[in-house]
This record gives sequence, structure tokens and C-alpha cells, in this order.
Amino acid sequence: MIVKPERKPLLRVEGLRLHYRGERGIVRAVDDVGFEVARNQALVVLGESGCGKSSLVRALFRVLPRNVETCTGKVWFDGDDVMAWREEEFRRRIRGVRMALVMQAAMNALNPVVRVGEQVAEPLRLHLGWGRERARERAAEVFRLVGIPADFLRRYPFELSGGMRQRAVLAMALVTEPDLVVLDEPTSALDVLTQANIMNLLKRIKAKTKTSFILITHDIATSSEVADRVALMYAGQIVELNSADKFFRQPSHPYAKALLASVPRLRDGVRPESIPGRPPNLIEEVAGCRFAARCPVRFEMCGRMPEMSAVAGDGQVRCWLYDA
Amino acid sequence: MNEQSVNLTAAAATGSTVDPSVVVAARELHTWFELRRWGLFRVGNVRAVDGVSFELRRGEAAAFVGESGCGKSSLARTLLGLYRPTSGQVVFEGREMGGLDRGQRRDYRARVGYVQQDPYGALAPFMDVRRILREPLIVNRVGDRGERETRIRAALEEVGLSPPTDFLEKFPHMLSGGQQQRVVIARALILQPSLLIADEPVSMLDASVRVEILNLLRDIRRSRKLTLAFVTHDLSTVRHFAERIFVMYAGRMAEVAPVEALLARPRHPYTEALLAALPDPDPENAGRLRELPAGEPPSLLDPPSGCRFHPRCPHRIAGLCETREPPDFEVAPGHVAACWLNQE
Repeated sequence: MIVKPERKPLLRVEGLRLHYRGERGIVRAVDDVGFEVARNQALVVLGESGCGKSSLVRALFRVLPRNVETCTGKVWFDGDDVMAWREEEFRRRIRGVRMALVMQAAMNALNPVVRVGEQVAEPLRLHLGWGRERARERAAEVFRLVGIPADFLRRYPFELSGGMRQRAVLAMALVTEPDLVVLDEPTSALDVLTQANIMNLLKRIKAKTKTSFILITHDIATSSEVADRVALMYAGQIVELNSADKFFRQPSHPYAKALLASVPRLRDGVRPESIPGRPPNLIEEVAGCRFAARCPVRFEMCGRMPEMSAVAGDGQVRCWLYDA
Repeated sequence: MNEQSVNLTAAAATGSTVDPSVVVAARELHTWFELRRWGLFRVGNVRAVDGVSFELRRGEAAAFVGESGCGKSSLARTLLGLYRPTSGQVVFEGREMGGLDRGQRRDYRARVGYVQQDPYGALAPFMDVRRILREPLIVNRVGDRGERETRIRAALEEVGLSPPTDFLEKFPHMLSGGQQQRVVIARALILQPSLLIADEPVSMLDASVRVEILNLLRDIRRSRKLTLAFVTHDLSTVRHFAERIFVMYAGRMAEVAPVEALLARPRHPYTEALLAALPDPDPENAGRLRELPAGEPPSLLDPPSGCRFHPRCPHRIAGLCETREPPDFEVAPGHVAACWLNQE
């Protein structure tokens, strides 16, 4: 029996595991992941492709493919143990209502034959049963919030530029006034200036509303635009969880250090360094630390899997160097 | 052309002087695409490349940067000979490309290597690495069977896929993204080109692999004295891997400069905007909004009058920028900006 935690962050995830059945064995896409998101906080989940960050989103929203082997762990949303809820209840009360998702490349998945305004209002009509008129008014309100002129409500997706379409899907997520919005790679298909515009917009929304954000991305530089906290994933696990301040200035985990050193910087002449090797296959059982094979500071202990240990500030690191 | 042709284009426009250190030159290059409605009625021309002139020297690394739709990829494809320019010339090693016959065009393409953005899409999934690398040799009738094999192995070694035996029989899907891109580079190099054109060579790769591929391109460029033209939207990689930057906007060059000069003191408001928009990993970012120009890049079907950036420009000079197209002002040796603010 797990006791409900006393202080209530908006979202609390504990021991989350999502394993798939693959052709060549079990794929451990998410393996013992835990974190918290407070109200009005932005958590960035950072990782390279194949690290399990998108699977993490699937598990949180319970949108799972058929080949799931295990999906276990605890997810508390506003104090409720929602993993234990039946699908019906989860759909009615959480997904798309209090916890909204902007999927990767969602801007390209808008229905081409339905006006954007109607698509943005749809969650209100479907989830909350609002009438057409009331939903339209609210849609116009969210359009203002995300900076789209109100007359765009009547336009079709093809009449919108990429940046505008990204704003529209963001509006769709925000329309029910959710407590938490999860954005999966929200800027990866956009140009530099459009990207910066969307990040500006997220900052404004975060300042104006009480919404919390989880931003899933591989783009380290862009992630620093909104992050309050950072969770760095590697091979299905969180290896460092820290305040953005600490993470970007003084990362602890050897992978975090190497990853930050691999980013070419515009305002800094330091040459970026690549990380030799590549991440382990998620199918193979790696006995010890999953980064050990590429780690410049590995030692005997690394043959065993480290647990998360607390580090200065309120960070946690999965590395024997920080084992208390 | 009027004022246009001052600095950048002056040498190129005369045409007669052949400078052996210049590998490729573009002269008043235009690549337009005709747009038809229902495939029938001409609506107009999409001016993807609209009057661009420059020279690239042997061994130089030049980066063409700009947002999508600025014409940088069309320019790359025109240089490759995949698009015929609507007007203007591409001069490669002293010869004008428009005048080449079929055979000569094939030889030309052999002298120019191409590295695509998406390595997996660029490799035929049913060919193993050996066949992928053998194909260009066969098409260009290079060597006999034994010599081809030697060259294939040498090419793999050169791109760091060593020992070659481990890779020759692999199919693209068996390789990681980084390895796939190495195969693409090996294929681009196998005919010993003097110019390598790379279109967003690392944008599909993970951060930790990017630097590896960019380092590889730099090493190869140096060891082979190869000219590298790379097209990208990512200015922060440019800083570390290019010597000259060409900033494109709406089919034209906004600014051309050596990397340090451009970063230290951009002389075109569009370049300034691009630099201001680009974050470095820094927790301070979260606390401040970025100052960005309003609006979006213009339609290439009907670009704005005067300076193409004027509708978005925070520094536009009323009565000038919207009516007269700015010429290229040489603000320092090798640093050219097409912006009226640089007028004395």
C-alpha cells in the first residue's frame, strides 16, 4: 500500500515503466522513471532520439500501442492516483481536459477540411459538452491568447503558415484551461525565428496563466528558453533531474556534462565535443549503468545499476559518483 | 543591372578573368519556378533564387543560412545542376555550366559531391553499402572491378567506417543515423569532387553525433583541399564549421561576411534578427522574451518592393527601403550587406 504523498505537486510520477514486445525481445523504453511537476512550473524532458521520451508521454496519457508488455508505476494528478482509474474515467476527467497534449508534428495533423476555429473548439464540445456558440467564444479567446487574429477562426489549416498552425494546436490544447500541457517536440520542425516566437509565446502564457508545462525535446538550447526544471533521459531512464539553473550551469551526471559540451554555441568560441559511442540498444539487458560504456569517468561500481541520489540544490542524479 | 552589380558582382560580371583559385562562381543567378493553376494557367513565377552572385574559393567552407523558403536549397540544387537557372550563370572551374552537353554535365556532377539532409532517405534501402558506393563508379566508368573495390574501401576508411569489411555488406537500415550519413559522405567523395555541397547535413542527427559529422566534414575538407558549401538554418553550428557566411532572405543575399565579422557586428537587420532569435543553453533565457521582427518571410511569388525585408524591418528608412532595392554595400573587406543603413 502506497501512502498518498503529503504535499501535493500537480503531477507526481513514480517508478513508471513502459516495456514493449518487439520482434527481437522486450524493449525497455521507459524504465523506472519518476519526477514531479509543480503548479505553473515547466519541466523539460531532454533526451536524444530513442531515449524513451515519447514513450513517457504515451504512458502519461495512457495512449498505448498494442504491443505493450508492461506499463506499471504510479501517476498522481492533483493528488489522485490516476493510473488506477478506469480508462473511461481517465478520458472524461483528465486526458484532454485537465492534462492536454500537443503531439509531435501536431500542426501537420490538423484536419484539412475543417475550419481551425471548429477544431480548436472541439475539445470543449466533446469533453465538456459545451454548445457551439459558447465554444466558439472561448476559442476566440484562446486565439487571442496565442496571438492569432480572431478572423483566422474561419480559416482552413492550409491558409495558415507553419508558425500559425503551431499556435493553433497550442490553442487547441489550452482551450479547456488544463492544469498541465505536455508538448512533444513543439518547435523541431520550425524555423529559427518562428521557433523563437513560439518560445516567447510559451513564456507569456506561463506568466499569464497557472498552467504547468512538460516540454519533451532533444533541442538543448531551445529547452533552456522555458525550463524551470530539467529531466535528462538516457536509454529509458532519467539520469539527472535538476533545476534548470543548476543543470545548464553545473550539470552533475557525466552524460549531462558531455551532452552540454556537444552543443555548438553561438556566443562562445569553445569548440563543441562529440560523445564517442552510441546509446545501448533498449532490448539488451544492461547490467550496470547504461551510460558506462561511453562514460569518461567510469569505475568498478559502474557495473551495477546506480539509484537516484540527491545532489546539491534539489537535484537527483543516477550515478555512483554521487552515491551518498 | 544598376547599383546591384557593384562589389560582389563586379569581378564576376566581367566574366573573362579566370581566377584559378575560384572553384565555383554564380553570376546574377536566377532560378524561378513557373506556377500554374490546375496545371494550366500561368499564375506567376516563384523566384526561389533571384539575382545571386558569389565566388567560392578552393578549400573554403561557406555556409548558406536562412529560413525555409529563402531559396538556399534551390540555390544548392542549381549549383548541383539539378535545376537549370532561369538566367545567370554557374561557372565551375572556369567553365560555364549552361554550355555543357550531356556528357560534360555528367562529368560536372562527378566533380561536385552532394550530401543530403536525410541520410536514410538518400540511401536506397535495397542496396548494401558496397553497391551504394560502387554505383557512381560504374556510372562514370571508373576503373575495373578490383580498383573499384579498393576505392570503396578507401572511401569507407576516410569517413571513419573502419574496418570497411564490417560495413560493406550492411544495408542502410542496419546502420545508425551517424553511420548512414558517413556512407552518404563517402558516396559524395568517391569520385574525388572538388566541391562538396551539403544540404542541412546534420539537422536529422542527434546532438552528440552532429559534432562528429561536422568534424569529419572539416577534416576531409582540409585534407583534400575541398570546397564545402553547406546549407543550414542553424547559425550556431556555422560558427564552428564555416569560414564565410552567406545570409539569404527571400531569394537574395542579405549579407556575406567572414564568420567572426558577421557574428561580432552584423550589418543587416535580418542577420541581427537571426542572431537574436538563437538561444544558447542558458538558464537566464527563461526569464526574458526575445525581441523578434514581426511577420513572416514574404511570398516568393510576389516579393516586396524595394528591400525585401522592409515590411519586417525595425530600422527601415521611410521613403527609401520600400521603393529602392539596396545595393551591396561593402562595409569592410569581404563583408557585404545589402542594406541602406550602410550608406555613407
